[in-house]
Parts: sequence; structure tokens; C-alpha cells
Amino acid sequence: MKRWRIDPVVMLVAPATAFLVLVFAYPFLYGLLLSFRPLEGGWNANYVRFFSSDRLFPTIGTTLELALPATVINLLLALPLAYRMRVTSRYQKWVASLLVIPISLGTVMIADGMLTYLGPKGWLSQVLQALHLYDGPIHLTHNYAGVLLSLIISGFPFVFLLVLSYVTGIDPVLPKAAATLGANPWQQFRHVYLPLLSPGLAMAFCLAFVQAFSVFPSAVLLGAPAGPTRVISIAAYEAAFEQYDDSMAACAAMVMGLVQLAVVSAALFARRLFYRGPVVGGKG
Amino acid sequence: MSATPAPTLVVSSGWAMRAWGFLLNVILAFFIANVGLIVLVVVVNSVAQRWLGTWLPEGWTTEWYTSAWKEFQLGSVLTVTFEVVVMVVAVSVVLGVPAAYALARREFPGKRAVMLLFLLPLMVPPMTYGLPLATVMYKVGLAGTTAGVVVANLIPTVPFVILVMTPFIEQIDPNLESAARVFGAGTGRVFLHVLVPLLAPGILAASLLVLVRTMAMFELTFLVAGSGSQTLVVALYYAVFAAGVRAPQSVDAMAVIYMVLSLLWLGTALRFVNPTQLVSRVKEHKAT
Amino acid sequence: MNLALSEANPVAMRTGVVQRLGSWWTGMNSVRSAVGGDFEELRLVGLSRHYGGALAGRVAALDRLTITVRRGEFIALLGPSGCGKSTALNLIAGLLQPTGGGIWLDETRIDVLPPEQRGFGMVFQNYALFPHLSVRRNVGFGLLMRGVRRSEADRRVDRALALVQLHGHGDKLPGQLSGGQQQRVAIARAIVVEPPLVLMDEPLSNLDAKLRIETRAEIRRIHRELGRSTIYVTHDQDEALSLADRIVVMRAGVAQQIAPPHEVYAHPANLHVARFMGYRNVIEFASAPRALGDQVVLARPGLTLTGTVRQDIQGPRAFAAIRPDELVARRMPSTGSLAGIVEGFEYCGRDSLVDLAVADGVRLHVRTDLPVSAGDRLYVTAPPERVLVYPPEA
Repeated sequence: MKRWRIDPVVMLVAPATAFLVLVFAYPFLYGLLLSFRPLEGGWNANYVRFFSSDRLFPTIGTTLELALPATVINLLLALPLAYRMRVTSRYQKWVASLLVIPISLGTVMIADGMLTYLGPKGWLSQVLQALHLYDGPIHLTHNYAGVLLSLIISGFPFVFLLVLSYVTGIDPVLPKAAATLGANPWQQFRHVYLPLLSPGLAMAFCLAFVQAFSVFPSAVLLGAPAGPTRVISIAAYEAAFEQYDDSMAACAAMVMGLVQLAVVSAALFARRLFYRGPVVGGKG
Repeated sequence: MSATPAPTLVVSSGWAMRAWGFLLNVILAFFIANVGLIVLVVVVNSVAQRWLGTWLPEGWTTEWYTSAWKEFQLGSVLTVTFEVVVMVVAVSVVLGVPAAYALARREFPGKRAVMLLFLLPLMVPPMTYGLPLATVMYKVGLAGTTAGVVVANLIPTVPFVILVMTPFIEQIDPNLESAARVFGAGTGRVFLHVLVPLLAPGILAASLLVLVRTMAMFELTFLVAGSGSQTLVVALYYAVFAAGVRAPQSVDAMAVIYMVLSLLWLGTALRFVNPTQLVSRVKEHKAT
Repeated sequence: MNLALSEANPVAMRTGVVQRLGSWWTGMNSVRSAVGGDFEELRLVGLSRHYGGALAGRVAALDRLTITVRRGEFIALLGPSGCGKSTALNLIAGLLQPTGGGIWLDETRIDVLPPEQRGFGMVFQNYALFPHLSVRRNVGFGLLMRGVRRSEADRRVDRALALVQLHGHGDKLPGQLSGGQQQRVAIARAIVVEPPLVLMDEPLSNLDAKLRIETRAEIRRIHRELGRSTIYVTHDQDEALSLADRIVVMRAGVAQQIAPPHEVYAHPANLHVARFMGYRNVIEFASAPRALGDQVVLARPGLTLTGTVRQDIQGPRAFAAIRPDELVARRMPSTGSLAGIVEGFEYCGRDSLVDLAVADGVRLHVRTDLPVSAGDRLYVTAPPERVLVYPPEA
């Protein structure tokens, strides 16, 4: 082994690293420690309170009930659509460009539009009445449905583009090889694409879930933030900015992180059961 | 395959395949149509005089834009947004590009840990780390200031620039730099005459993507901004939140201004980058 | 007789659709190959593939290829990149759809079938091994798709791996093998299903020189042992000459010559084929050749050659093509010899490749075992039957 010398090129990584340690890692650890220094009670009083309070503990379930269906629906919609669009074409680029719009508009803007569009006197309601599909007033805002729909509208494009980038990363000669060996289109998908995509799908699931789980603005604007859509982010926000209990807010943030970690680990574990092999991009 | 154009894969086309394809197209069209209508409803409402339960408003007006401009102090909000966005783009390029260069060109002890540090802010949602960050910022007095908003927004954008730029730099042949050195260029001149021109397209793409993301970044700004350091998207949130207080048309006028600005930059960005780049790039780095 | 059917055969089309529907319902786990067992002839009739939708701007990647491949025959499609040879292969495999003509396997029209129902084996240029499957499961993939029983499949995979000399590597992943080993896996995967026809798309082009020769010998041995009809795409004339029973020389989508290797080598059908087969000396003559018995005499200032016409010459221009190793160089003049000065030479061990300046700016490439140095004067002769005379290229 050579003696390690300070390489000036390596040092280029230092400013960014120092910055992120200072503003990302440090606050996170600070929050972790802070959560164990409650305003009153023993070191774990915040956590005890969180898991026993019927204002706090149920928010985990509420959030999961929104985030898990939204993620699964988004993935189930995105996979076949992205798979169908795997061959690069103008159509593919056009659809991808359209779908990137809701992502870059962000959840607040989408929520604003959905409030009018899905409201009792909005266009959707009018269309349903005009077609005599449903004559009563529709209830898609200020409840669970509104938040779930907003998670699909902003989440589906994200998952779609992610899965699309994984699908197009697989060498198209592989399914051709499978076809010459007798695999019909379904078998090409089942035996070639699906196993090669499974690491990407697990990753897309994790990223989409983690985003959906931290849902905040649409849960407030489109949901019923006092009750049915009181998600964990709202509880944490209220602790920090309404009760000025930083310690409890940190505790809620840590719980949020823990649940995310648990679901992500479960997803990655499930992938390992389903597919063992190298993580491959395809080409090459 | 020789230089023939890209061959199209023959897909066995039974009616089931065609029905399946049709179903997928319908789902996609339904989704896009609804998103389009959600956007359109905001635009229509922003120029509506009165609009209650009819297909279209009773009359048209542009006065909501002037009233929104005054009501929400959009002049100062836009100034803050502009400052924040420019600072975030500049600083994340200055911090991110050199780090990406180091990661693309060198192996060093602790590289995996550094990579993890750069990956986490993109995988952990802002709401999770934003609260402790806000607490720390209130402690040190950064909260409520424009500088604080810039710093908070840099947390996901610096790693984003790094993850976009690293593969971009990796595909530039290191022999080009060696060749420049062999012909007698010093480090500074290698940087100026070789690296900067080669990196410029990647930096442009990364900057535009950062810009689009920062425009839409709600949570971090929301948690650390004060009343004088709100960006447009946060101002929009407060306006929608207090919808009962203001005329909804006025709120929608602000939303249209926000939307036009975002889409303008998105359109510019899409001229230079692939849409998928807005969301991915993360995985390629997991693999290395 | 089948030409009328080739445009659109409603019966064949309909059976194609019925088969496809059938396989959609019943074929989830098993392939029912439309073309079982071996065949007598594979016929390509006017097979064409155009790109670009509008009639005006259409480019033919393959233009009316017609050939009959007999059972057990080894056919090489030879030509530079872009000549349409890979297009032809992909059309036969079913990975592309023809825009004209048809493909028959004995009396069955197969160009309407998707690739998975044709039952051919294919070896791809970049191997196209499934990176997530072990070598054994790669080789067994086609058997799995055909619903072959496990014990039977194991036995056949073992046999195929033994044939390509890879026993003991079965549990590795493709990424753990060298390029040559990967290509042998790809070959095993293609032949394990005992296809009536094996298609190979430049299988050796990613291997280094030494490995290429070894794998070439391997392919020849496997073909001899199994006797499967093979269509082999390559841009390397040595590969085509050493492997094929017949060579199809292609250019710009059009077959230039279809003939056995010795025929293509010794009697190229036109100037393009001659150039491609190593006739490096191509001399232009502005005046029409003068007949002299079976042969012709070509003349330009300072240079007269006697040659043999290979292709009808209409216009006033003609070309003479000569291989460097068919020119004989001597130190002393002889009857009909051309004098020239050595401008440069490449020493090749057994002999040298000499650049010889003869009359009026003409430079000849001559292979000789005489020791030469620059400035030497040499006299070359060419046997008239080996000086091939062609009209200009179309």
C-alpha cells in the first residue's frame, strides 16, 4: 500500500461534503438527540407519548392508508404504460414531456386546481351529471379521496418516468433473443424484462412511497387535516409550529423516518426473495 | 447490426394484444386529460367574473391579476423567488460540479460514505429532515431570512447536481485532460480551456433542472421561510389555505402566474434534457 | 409458382392469425412451433425491406433477395456494414417484417409468423445472454419456453454445454465468463433446441484475433457434427470463405453474387465483388478491350494487359482486376512483362507486399518472396486467365 497523500482532485469533494454534513447530517442528528430531551418527563417521554396518544399514534396508520395504496396504484399503472412505451419514439418523448408537467408544477398548484375541478360544482361533477352517470353531488375534496387522487396525480408521472428510464435501460436485443428462443410477448416480459426490472421497480416503489408518506400540502388543502387525513407530517408540523414543542416535533420526524425505513427495508427484502442476481442496467 | 435504421420489434398482434394496448392508451389519455382540465380550470377561473356551477363563467375580466398582484404583494414575492432561485442554482453548481468531478475521476477511502451522504437528501423526503433543520435554523437565527431559504433549498439540489454531473463527467475521456497537460497546459488552463467547454452542456442541463425543482420546492421553504422570505409556491399555499378570505379568482390568478413561470423554465429545460432526467439518475449511481 | 402468393396470401395470413390467437390462449407456458422438425428447403422469394413511410423517400435496406437454402447447408451473407445482410437475417428470424416478398419453409409461409413461432436458433453479435440467468438457465431458456420436461432439459443442456466445451461453467453468470466463453454459451443456447435453422449475426466480431480463429473452427466443427442449416452474417471474407458452402455477397441491399467460396474467390461476378474479395489492383482503361481468341487485350499509354472478360462490357471503359499474389515478379524481363520501380514494401515474413510503380502513374500491389528494397527494378507478369476484366460498377 502506498502512503495516502492528499490528492487535490479528491479535495474538490470537500466543500459539498462539509456543506451537507453541516446542514443535512448535523440537523438530523441534532433532531434525533432533541427527540430524547422532552420538555417534561424521562428521556423517552416523547416516544411514549407519541405511541400512546390518540392524536399522534393513529397518524401512522392514516398516512400508510394513503401512501401504500397510492404507491401501489401508481406502480401498477406506470409499469405497463412504461413497458409499452419502451421503444424510443416521438410518441414516447411527447408523453414523457406532458407527464413531467404535473411534477414540475408541484403539489400546491395541483391541489389548487383539483379543489375547483373536483369540487361539488366543478367540471367533473357537471360532466357526470350531463352524462347522467351520477346525479348527486360528488365528494372528492376535503376527504380521503381528494388526498389519494392528488397523490396519484403527482405521483404517477414520477413513477412512470422513473420506470421508463429503467425499461429503456434494458438492451432491446435481450427480448429479441428470447423471442427467437420461443418466448411469446408475455413470456418475454415475464422472463426477461420483469427480473431485470425488479431492482428498478423496488427502487421506484421506495422513492414513490417515501414521497407519498411525507404528504403534507395536499393533505391540508385537499383533505380533512383535522380528522380523516391527519397525516404524520401534519402532526409533526403542529407540534413544531403550533405547540412550539421542538422536541416532540423532532420525535415525530424521527418516527416518520423510521416507518419509511421499515417499509423501504421490507420492499428491498421482498425484492431479494423474488430475484437474486446482479443488479444490471442492461446494455453492454 | 449494421448501419440499418433501428429495426422495429415485431410484436405478435392478436386481438388481446390490441385490446390491451387500447386499454393502456385510454388510461393514459384519461390521466392526461384530467391533468389538463385541472390546469385549465385554474386558468379559466383566473379570468372569470362570476363562475358558479355553470360550464363557463358568466363574463371575463383580467382585473384579478392586478388585484392579486397588490393583495399578495407579488412584486416582492417574485423578487424573493428570483433571488432564491438564482442563488440556489449558482451555489449548487459551484459546490456540486467540483464534487462530481472528484467522484467521477478518483477512488478514495470513504467514497462510499460520501456517496451515501449525497444520496440520502434525495431519498429522504424534505418533510422528514426539514423539521429538525428548521429547529436548528431558528436556533442560529437563519430561519425567516432569504439566506436560510437558500441554504435549505440547497440540501436536495447540491446532491442533485452531483448525481447528474458525475455520469456526465465519467463519459468525458480523461485522456483529453492528459493530452492538454502533455501539450503544456497548466491546471488552470486545463480547467478553463478543456474542462469548462466540455462540461458546459452538462452544467446547463443541471442548472435548468435545479431551477425547475427549486421553483416547485414547497416543504423546505415553507418550514424555514418567514413572511418576508416566502417564495411564490409558499405564498400560493398560504393563499389557497386561506381560500375563504380571498376571492378564489384572485388566488387562481396568482396560480397562473406561478404556472406560467414554471412552465416557461420547464419548456426551456426540456429543450436540453430528457424528461426522465428530472426524476432519475439516482439508480445509475446505486449500481456503481 | 408461389410468386402470386407472395404478395398477400389470405389463407396463409388467416392461418397465421389463428395460430397466434391459439398461442395466446394456450401458449402461456409452451410454444407450439408452427415449423416443427427439419425441412428440405428454405426459400426467400423477392424478400425486401424498405425504410421510410412515403413511397418517394423509401430506402431499400434489402432489395428482392431470392435464394433457396437446402437442408444442412451453410450460407454466409457477406458484405460491408449497411449492405443489408443483417436486415436479411432479422427478416428470416422474424425480428423485422418484410415490406415485400416472402419466406417459405417447404410449403409453409413463415414470414407472417412472429419470431417465437418460427423455431429457429439465433446467435447475436453482442451475445445477448440474459445477465440475470446462470449459464445453464441461459442455455435451457428455449427448452423452458417449449415446455420440455426438467429431466430431459437437464440432459440436453449438459450435452450442449459439452458440445461447446463449457461443462463445469454451468452455474456461473454470463458476466463471469470471457468474451469467447460467452459466445460459446450463446451458440449452445441457440442449438440446444435443435432448430432446423441456425442464424448467426457476426458472432465473432467482438472477439480478438486469436479467439476468432479458434471459435471459427469451433463453429465449423459444430456445424459438421449437427448438420444444421446455418445462415451466417459476416463482413470478413476469410470467415465466409472458410465456413460457408455458399456465399451471398451483398451490397446496398442487393445480392451481387451467390456462389460457392472458390467461385466467389476466383471468379467474382462484378468489380465490386472483386474488390471485396481482395483484388487490390484495379486498373482503369479508357478504351474498349480488343478481342483476342478467348481473351481480350487492354491498352493504355505505356501499359498493355491481356485478360479474361468476366462480365459483358457495353461502354468504352473497362477495368482489369488482379490479386497481388497472382502477379509474378522477377528480376529479369520476360515476354509481356511490365517494368516497375519498388516504391515501398511491407515485409510479411514469408513474403513481402510491394508497391510497384509501373507506367504512367499506375501503381501495382505485388506479393513476392524476392528480397526487395526501395528503388529496385522488378518485372511482373500476370497470367491472362487471372486478369479479370469488368465494366465499370453500376
